[in-house]
Amino acid sequence: MTSTTLSEGTTAPGRRLPVTDLSLVVLVGATGSGKSTFARRHFRPTEVISSDFCRGLVADDENDQSASGDAFDVLHYIVGKRLSAGRLTVVDATSVQAESRRQLVQLARQHDVLPIAIVLDLPEDVCAERNAGRPDRAGMPRHVIARHRRELRRSLRGLEREGFRKVHVLRSVEEVESAEIVLERRYNDLRHLTGPFDIIGDIHGCSSELETLLGKLGYVDGAHPEGRTAVFVGDLVDRGPDSPGVLRRVMAMVAAGNALCVPGNHENKLGRWLKGRNVQHTHGLAETIEQLGKEDDAFREQVREFIDGLVSHYVLDDGRLVVCHAGLPEKYHGRTSGRVRSHALYGDTTGETDEFGLPVRYPWAEDYRGRAAVVYGHTPVPSTSWINNTICLDTGAVFGGRMTALRWPERELVDVPAEKVWYEPVRPLLTEAPGGREGRPLDLADVQGRRVVETRHMARIGVREENAAAALEVMSRFAVDPRLLAYLPPTMAPTATSKEDGYLEHPAEAFAQYRSDGIARVVCEEKHMGSRAVALVCRDADAARERFGVEGPTGALHTRTGRPFFDDPAVTEEILGRLRTAVTEAGLWDELDTRWLLLDAELMPWSLKASGLLRSQYAAVGAASGAVLPGATAALEAAAARGAAVEGLLDRQRERTADAAAFTEAYRRYCWSTSGLEGVRLAPFQILAAEGRSLAAVPHDEQLAWLDKLVEHDATGLLQVTRRLIVDTGDEASVRSGVDWWLEMTGRGGEGMVVKPLQALARDGKGRLVQPGIKVRGREYLRIIYGPEYTRPGNLERLRERFLNHKRSLALREYALGLEALDRLGEGEPLWRVHEAVFAVLALESEPVDPRL
Amino acid sequence: MRTILKRVFLTISTTGTVERPATDLGYLLHKHPDKAQAFSTSHGTAHVFYPEASAERCTAALLLEVDPVALVRRGKGKGRGGAPDSALAQYVNDRPYAASSLLAVALTTVFKSALRGVCAALPGRVEAPMPLRVEVPALPARGGAELVRKLFGPLGWSTVEAEPVALDEQFPEWGDSRYVQLVLEGELRLADALRQLYVLLPVLDDAKHYWVAPDEVDKLLRAGEGWLAEHPEQKLITSRYLSRRWGLTRQAMERLELVRLAEADDLAVEDIDNAVDETTDTEERPVPLAEQRRAAVLEALHAAGASRVLDLGCGQGQLVQALLKDTRFTEIVGVDVSVRALTVAGRRLKLDRMGERQASRVKLMQGSLTYTDKRLTGYDAAVLSEVIEHLDLPRLPALEYAVFGSARPRTVLVTTPNVEYNVRWESLPAGHVRHGDHRFEWTRQEFRDWAEGVAERHGYGVRLVPVGPDDPEVGPPTQMAVFEMTEKEAKAA
Repeated sequence: MTSTTLSEGTTAPGRRLPVTDLSLVVLVGATGSGKSTFARRHFRPTEVISSDFCRGLVADDENDQSASGDAFDVLHYIVGKRLSAGRLTVVDATSVQAESRRQLVQLARQHDVLPIAIVLDLPEDVCAERNAGRPDRAGMPRHVIARHRRELRRSLRGLEREGFRKVHVLRSVEEVESAEIVLERRYNDLRHLTGPFDIIGDIHGCSSELETLLGKLGYVDGAHPEGRTAVFVGDLVDRGPDSPGVLRRVMAMVAAGNALCVPGNHENKLGRWLKGRNVQHTHGLAETIEQLGKEDDAFREQVREFIDGLVSHYVLDDGRLVVCHAGLPEKYHGRTSGRVRSHALYGDTTGETDEFGLPVRYPWAEDYRGRAAVVYGHTPVPSTSWINNTICLDTGAVFGGRMTALRWPERELVDVPAEKVWYEPVRPLLTEAPGGREGRPLDLADVQGRRVVETRHMARIGVREENAAAALEVMSRFAVDPRLLAYLPPTMAPTATSKEDGYLEHPAEAFAQYRSDGIARVVCEEKHMGSRAVALVCRDADAARERFGVEGPTGALHTRTGRPFFDDPAVTEEILGRLRTAVTEAGLWDELDTRWLLLDAELMPWSLKASGLLRSQYAAVGAASGAVLPGATAALEAAAARGAAVEGLLDRQRERTADAAAFTEAYRRYCWSTSGLEGVRLAPFQILAAEGRSLAAVPHDEQLAWLDKLVEHDATGLLQVTRRLIVDTGDEASVRSGVDWWLEMTGRGGEGMVVKPLQALARDGKGRLVQPGIKVRGREYLRIIYGPEYTRPGNLERLRERFLNHKRSLALREYALGLEALDRLGEGEPLWRVHEAVFAVLALESEPVDPRL
Repeated sequence: MRTILKRVFLTISTTGTVERPATDLGYLLHKHPDKAQAFSTSHGTAHVFYPEASAERCTAALLLEVDPVALVRRGKGKGRGGAPDSALAQYVNDRPYAASSLLAVALTTVFKSALRGVCAALPGRVEAPMPLRVEVPALPARGGAELVRKLFGPLGWSTVEAEPVALDEQFPEWGDSRYVQLVLEGELRLADALRQLYVLLPVLDDAKHYWVAPDEVDKLLRAGEGWLAEHPEQKLITSRYLSRRWGLTRQAMERLELVRLAEADDLAVEDIDNAVDETTDTEERPVPLAEQRRAAVLEALHAAGASRVLDLGCGQGQLVQALLKDTRFTEIVGVDVSVRALTVAGRRLKLDRMGERQASRVKLMQGSLTYTDKRLTGYDAAVLSEVIEHLDLPRLPALEYAVFGSARPRTVLVTTPNVEYNVRWESLPAGHVRHGDHRFEWTRQEFRDWAEGVAERHGYGVRLVPVGPDDPEVGPPTQMAVFEMTEKEAKAA
């Protein structure tokens, strides 16, 4: 952007005037100099905003000078809107006064476009003659033109200093008439280059690692046999052992057309030093200066020129890719201004410094919602991943990390390890706090207050402040380490209320629901009556350390609100050990090509975790009933024998005794004694995720096949199979067999079943997510929920008036958030991104909804 | 959600002779022995009938038929989940299931005149003690059989039997339920016996039930006439009887989100909503060690010259209150993860009635030390008094970073129990921690190692200060670490 063209007006006719394709063109000339005619000839009518037109708009008279103030307000407003939208704009006003031009230059800067001046410096006579030919200006006094001319001549020398990046002066009628406008691309606009590219992160003089990485990417002596182009994100120099070597390689590749390069802040500083400016030899510049001292002047001059010619950022591949050193928000893409360059080189700093005296950088990427992928470096991160379509490739090679490249459009990461720690970082690359190694630890702003989480499957999902507050308390005080908390299971809606005699829930409605959603095949899975458990199991402690950053545990086993199941970590490790052995024996590590698995499961018995609740509620009801009912019945019988009219009451009392016994029977089925892990069962029913991907969309029959293998290879008796039946919702006989299966299972005391679309992740005809599962609970089991006497006709009738819509909506929202957490986990996004979605599930769990559903 | 259904059943028997027939009980109760009568009460139907009625023996039975479905469905509507706020409906409405409060309601409805000791037919018998046997087969009793005996013992009964009811005989390891089977025998006036039951059954109930009646105090005074004033447990009876009306309804309202999260995990709400014990270290009864801690903290803050102070994990605001009294502290921010704690702290500080100048010095906000928090940067000092031990050890690095890496006040004070001292607490069983929510308690060496590691990693210096009597063998009950940012770091900041 340093090129400034000052044209002298003595050249031959047919002068070509370069104009940047996105710029603010200011025509400068006295009244009558022919600006409007010139503008009409060279630009589209909508591109030209004239002050006369604006005067007309506000005053109904294009020559009403008293309306100038308002007219220019309108003009600036329109120009601002056009520039903001990225449109070339021409201002047709005299602009002979410095003040009026100053406002326009400022407007251009505000919108990060180049201001360009085209001066029509024509003799006074020509102007006067033209004005005389126009009826509306015929009366204009001659001295006005003379004043304009004087002001113009005074301005001419200072136009570049005023900020105009190109100044074209046309000095004769012939020159004006023969001039040609040539639209030029911005330097940063390389949309026509489509690569493929290999974008390479910060190098910092690590010449040897660079050569290794280029080799790994397939480059031979700086050129790729398949014609790929390397793109360097800057910070080629400083700190490392061989900055000249890196420069030599990169400069040669750029010169040969095999590479592009954007400048980093370190090149910028080196460039200033090379120009003889006074800069501090800090942050590794001293090393570069010393290394360059061993080179000859010619090389240093080449470096100076190279750095001088670097363009702050590039827009590539039809606008799909933006490369710069420190990241760039969308509004700066393809723009040209000092602050765009500054952001591209230094990033968005808050002005504060951190504990190590380094500038605090504003996490611009967290707010990025742009269409183009932004690839950048600058801030060393321990490991890299995509965030909001941006990725940082500085993985701290010079600090002993890795040097990373991104293949585009493949989006593949290729990296090589540093050969050693070349330079001690001022700030440790990572903190041990959760999230630290992915860039930054979890921050309260990620979860607190009213929030909206963007999800792939259901757009934006809101979280209310009070729900977030409750979740914050539970998450902070009771949950397992957030690094190991990659998922919380969604709540599940029950089937639509049955009208069947004696039943509140019945499978017929569940099948009908899916049929109407267009789901042909569903799987009925036995509902284990235990406690929902999520198990994260790593192949070994190394895998846990490397993938999840935890020292010690090899995974986690937590409840649906994220609490650990067992207070004693050794017991958790024992369960994980058994699970791990089964995974190994079943060959699933290799089959799924992973070193960890995330499983959704049910842990039994129910009494293991819910014993407090059992004692305080369920058993208490049983105990109270047991203590009261026999005596009350006997008393009623005695009263009846005495002839008191208590028959009705006595009958009801006897029914109650039976109901109470059934209630006690119902909860007892889900309780058994355990000692250590003796008697503990885990029934996994879905593998949620493995390294690199979410498995939530894998059909349930494939899922169950994996899990059957797992159970089969468990020799300890811990794992339990999930029985299932596949039902065709359009086939009456199949539906009937599903109903019979449920009747048989619940008749034997089973809790019930869950009906799920066989394909797992499913959408209905309108493209909306359908419920991932519908629970159909058994008649006896529901006594625990609705009370011992719920099956009495009168009670059932009233209970049927239950409303499911909110529960269904909640189930879907939590499901979408769960899927989002798994996707983010699978794609290796930073912890705060995964945690944001997981936290939202917990927060939604505290929304008010009929808890018996 | 689970309905709690309790059978409400009670019998009153007496014995007699031909001259003074037992069936006089019918007159005294105003209920005819040969009839079965039903009375409508707010929560169901109360039946009175007589299983036996002869001159020798007469038993009146009171049976309450509770309608659980009606109770639970009271809030029905097409709103979220069918009730304006289902968890509230559940939480508050399952209270009346508790036998005792229902019984109290039933007693006043059914035996109104008998309670007042009015009987036009037999005025002489009303005034005279008579042999009585009262049975309540399932009486919820917080405090167990022992408290039942303490409450009824001094009231003139010759026999007070309270047998615990097992939770489930199939699972003996679950132990006893909170119910006892109560049998009372003795010579008492019937009205006195009924009044005792009216007051003491709800008192024994651990259920957090509520009454909406505004005249509870009067009712208690009336029903307690003649026996409550001299009762050795009078204080407990009065406070239990009166404390639970609005307070508990209000609490239920405050923690609904937590109730739901507890339910989602099959937990009792007390298991997670346990951040605050409102009964300890109150203004009226401060805990001496807590006072010593506050004094030590204030002294260290003065020494550091701090004026803008964070109280991280402020709990019920005791320290905030102490800081407010000292004008050297110009800005005091109390942070706690528990919304309930902050509510209690706000009440303690009387924030809503505080003058503007005073109020501008103090702020309470929810926060969590397992997350970094930009609001906490730029303060002179932070106090973490009895906080770290409430965090699981694996999550301590997150707190370390949030405080020392992110917030970075110049001075940080951390206090925590010294586990070695626990042997000096007479009431603490060996191997037990001092508080149910303590995830760990450290020895002096363990604390020193941690503190020195933190200081080293984050550019602080640290010294350890004993709080409380420094026992030559086991050290002080509380240990405090005083962290000061090193000069170099302070300059960089």
